[in-house]
Amino acid sequence: MSTKDKTIKAVLENKVVILFVLLCIAAIYASKSPLTFVASELFTRFGRNGFTVLSLLIPVLAGMGLNFGIVIGAIAAQISVFWVVYWGYTGITGFLLCVLMATPIAVFFGWLVGRLFNKMKGAEMIAGLVLGYFADGLYQLFFLYIIGGIIPADNPRLIISGGIGVKNTIDLADNLKYALDTVSMLTILKLTFAAMLAAGVIKLILYFTRKAGSIGENVLLMVAAVAGFAAITLIPPLTNFLSTDRLLLLDAVTIGIVIAIVSQLWQLVSNKIIKKKQDYPIMRPLIVIAAAIGVYFTTYLKPVEDILLFVRIPVMTYLCIVALCLFNSLILRTRLGQNMRTVGQSQVVANAAGLDVDRYRIIAMIISTVLACWGQLIYLQNMGTFSTYGAHTQVGQFAIAALLVGGASVQKADNKQAIIGVILFHTLFIVAPQAGQELFNNAQLGEYFRVFVAYGVIAVSLAMHAWKTVVKPKTAAAAPPPAQGAAVTES
Amino acid sequence: MSAQYLLNMQNISKEYDGNLVLKNVTLQVKPGEIHALVGENGAGKSTLMNILFGMPVIHTTGGFEGSVEINGEQANIDSPNKAIDFGIGMVHQEFMLIPGFTVTENIKIGREISHPSLLSHIFGKELETLDLEQMAQDARTALSTIGLNIEEYVKVAGLPVGYMQFIEIAREIDKTGLKLLVFDEPTAVLTESEAERLLKIMKKIAAKGIAIIFITHRLSEVMEYADSMTVLRDGELITRKEVKDTSIVEIAELMIGRKVEKLVDLEDDTRSFAEQSVALALKNFHVDMPGERVRGVDLEIYKGEIFGIGGLAGQGKIGIPNGIMGLYESQGTVEVFGKKLDLNKLGNALTNSIAFVSEDRRGVGLLLDESIELNIAFSAMQVKNEFLHNFGPIKLLDKKRMRQHALDMIKLLDIRCTGPTQKVGSLSGGNQQKVCLARALTMNPDILIVSEPTRGIDIGAKKLVLEYLVKLNREQGTTIVVVSSELVELRSLCDRIAIVSGGKISAIIEPDAPDAEFGLAMAAG
Repeated sequence: MSTKDKTIKAVLENKVVILFVLLCIAAIYASKSPLTFVASELFTRFGRNGFTVLSLLIPVLAGMGLNFGIVIGAIAAQISVFWVVYWGYTGITGFLLCVLMATPIAVFFGWLVGRLFNKMKGAEMIAGLVLGYFADGLYQLFFLYIIGGIIPADNPRLIISGGIGVKNTIDLADNLKYALDTVSMLTILKLTFAAMLAAGVIKLILYFTRKAGSIGENVLLMVAAVAGFAAITLIPPLTNFLSTDRLLLLDAVTIGIVIAIVSQLWQLVSNKIIKKKQDYPIMRPLIVIAAAIGVYFTTYLKPVEDILLFVRIPVMTYLCIVALCLFNSLILRTRLGQNMRTVGQSQVVANAAGLDVDRYRIIAMIISTVLACWGQLIYLQNMGTFSTYGAHTQVGQFAIAALLVGGASVQKADNKQAIIGVILFHTLFIVAPQAGQELFNNAQLGEYFRVFVAYGVIAVSLAMHAWKTVVKPKTAAAAPPPAQGAAVTES
Repeated sequence: MSAQYLLNMQNISKEYDGNLVLKNVTLQVKPGEIHALVGENGAGKSTLMNILFGMPVIHTTGGFEGSVEINGEQANIDSPNKAIDFGIGMVHQEFMLIPGFTVTENIKIGREISHPSLLSHIFGKELETLDLEQMAQDARTALSTIGLNIEEYVKVAGLPVGYMQFIEIAREIDKTGLKLLVFDEPTAVLTESEAERLLKIMKKIAAKGIAIIFITHRLSEVMEYADSMTVLRDGELITRKEVKDTSIVEIAELMIGRKVEKLVDLEDDTRSFAEQSVALALKNFHVDMPGERVRGVDLEIYKGEIFGIGGLAGQGKIGIPNGIMGLYESQGTVEVFGKKLDLNKLGNALTNSIAFVSEDRRGVGLLLDESIELNIAFSAMQVKNEFLHNFGPIKLLDKKRMRQHALDMIKLLDIRCTGPTQKVGSLSGGNQQKVCLARALTMNPDILIVSEPTRGIDIGAKKLVLEYLVKLNREQGTTIVVVSSELVELRSLCDRIAIVSGGKISAIIEPDAPDAEFGLAMAAG
């Protein structure tokens, strides 16, 4: 294959992403919005929505398509938010209480959804979509009538003046707003320390009770590293820096560059000098280091510097997103993840291999619903207002649209696509009204356009999926003789 | 006594919806022997293997009768998982492989090697981390055992078909404690050299003390590689024999041989084939029908004769009519009374006065939710614009004519129904077949191709359908091609019978030739 063919193939494979990149650039240009504004909005929205979009990946892995049922996870989150606000808890305590309360509800809902989807194999997406509307009906019944009507609730700030039903909007400003976003790095470090300590203790207990695992250098190294970090936090200027609630993007980039260089140097030293591996490619770490240094210099460019000095990112929220990305990729390396993949690729084969297909599908739904529930909690604490009857309704559609914009499909989606998708989709959301205003003197047009894009991209993707499944048998029959067996297994 | 057998299935019976498909069948296999299981299509081989493997299809349809013993102990196998635990493995006919997975992943499917992690101690075995290195090593070992030289990290999707079978085998022999391995027609999709290699590997596996059940249609393979064999016919056990005590001819007779009962009372034959003009000619005809591939058929069918096409399942006989009708992609030439058909145009055969009664009655043949009258008139309406009022470009259904025609046909073919408006889906199999036939006749064809005319219908209806075909041939001079797996049927009404084997015509035989001649023709290739 020549380079030209390769380029064409790459363009065709990424046509959706390329189209939206061009669209975003054009819209940013047309809107005449300052880049600093676009960037800071984008970082806010990424923190707000990233988690929910990433919660869609597991069902795709298990062959259940795009999970429109995440609305149900959002509902679980909102039920818990209402009660936590009603009981008057605030800050990170309130947020953790929400998680604690919402998770079992989401597990239960996810189990129900999984059971339903197992009865409608092949129609999960339409089932999820309709199920979302159905759940919305029950949700309204609960919030409009049962709360106050059956379950006594008395709080003039939350309940409609008649005493029955919840108000249209719940203000989270003085209780849950930014509860997660403003967790300082100092707290995070302390939490990490506690978590590592706990892991170490569990390992020790396991070692002595079940004779499982080993206390190698790893544990000692971990404890040493954690102790080192703990010591750092005692230095006053660092303590000041670490206890701020948001991190300046410039600092984040600098920290990232330092970590990249140090880790690459460490790898280089350990592989080349300590272990003396001959075949270790020396070029790769060097290239990474050079790139990191290059990035550092670009931070001095005026427009880049402007953005870096303007944007402040909520550390804990971003760490949650990173953790979810890690979870999504690490689960592939476990027995559970591999079996889910098998089920997703072919239920017949999975069954013949002795796997309980239905069970894995239910587990996938539970995971997705719980993650979507947490995603909705992150969304609400960042928004600061909770539209009781509207916050969950579009969750599924918008998250799925974002994922698809990133180049994902019904059968295949990964972290990278989710992240790119959120960035492109929300960039368009930020600038489209302004672009409409500038181009046509009508902001409404831009609004229309972005709604059109959201639904259009879902429609096209589903149509393409349907088209593929219809076309497949035909190509199987027409395949050349040697490929017959392969074609048959696919169809 | 029974302890010498590794597997001892005694008096197995199985019913599907009141249809007895297995009657008191016994299957016994010793450790380390290759045991061939032979029989025509529908003899009950697959059902027997499904029972052995605990497939859900058995247990959702009411289970089975009889006992299964493994190593002399009663085994209650009610799921594939249990079968695996008992050391039973299967190399499937349709590959149970995932194209998007690597060779290693496929070999280790459902049995991944993992080591515990911190999380797995808390949340259970599911969260153990995969040991990819160990898995790859096992895969390499299994692959080298069977002598397959491929990298274990490539994806299965890009590999040639021949390799897939070997990966399946590698997967099975990788299972620890494997005692019995079932090969379900392993050589059907392989080239000759690949098949030979596979059979050699089979010998090698058997030499390790693993018992093998070998299902095949190729009798020469049985003779060469199997130690003993069980013959099934119509769900009944015919015999269990040592291979060294038998011959191909005998096996063929055992498989298909039944005393030829006349299914049809032939009237006086007044036809003469003096001119011998060719009605249908196939030249180097290939059809790409999955499972029924046709690989180069040359055939001349004369005007006015009843021509039979027989052969075992999967050999390509079904592919011939489906290819002619354009239902599957085909190559070569088909000439109808000297005129070439455009094979890529669906319906071209219909417009050239060939009518077809499909073997797939419920799938291709009928509109199950529509009335009898519409089903009968449908093809003629579409192809020949009959039963229509023409108002310029607008065409409306002529209900009166359609009703009249349906009533005629119901009377003619004795279709048992409540009336022409009854839904076809609610008719019995035999009557559905008559509706199919009625529809084909409505086309007024010069050539009528009937595929599996008596599949799934009772003996009375069978006789009626066959007799009607003969009558049609004698009275109207219609050329009839009958494709059937039931040799008896072909022999009782055809003038000549072509036997298809390996996608080619292996012989054209007179109906009154001896059984052994048919058996040999079927087993060729």
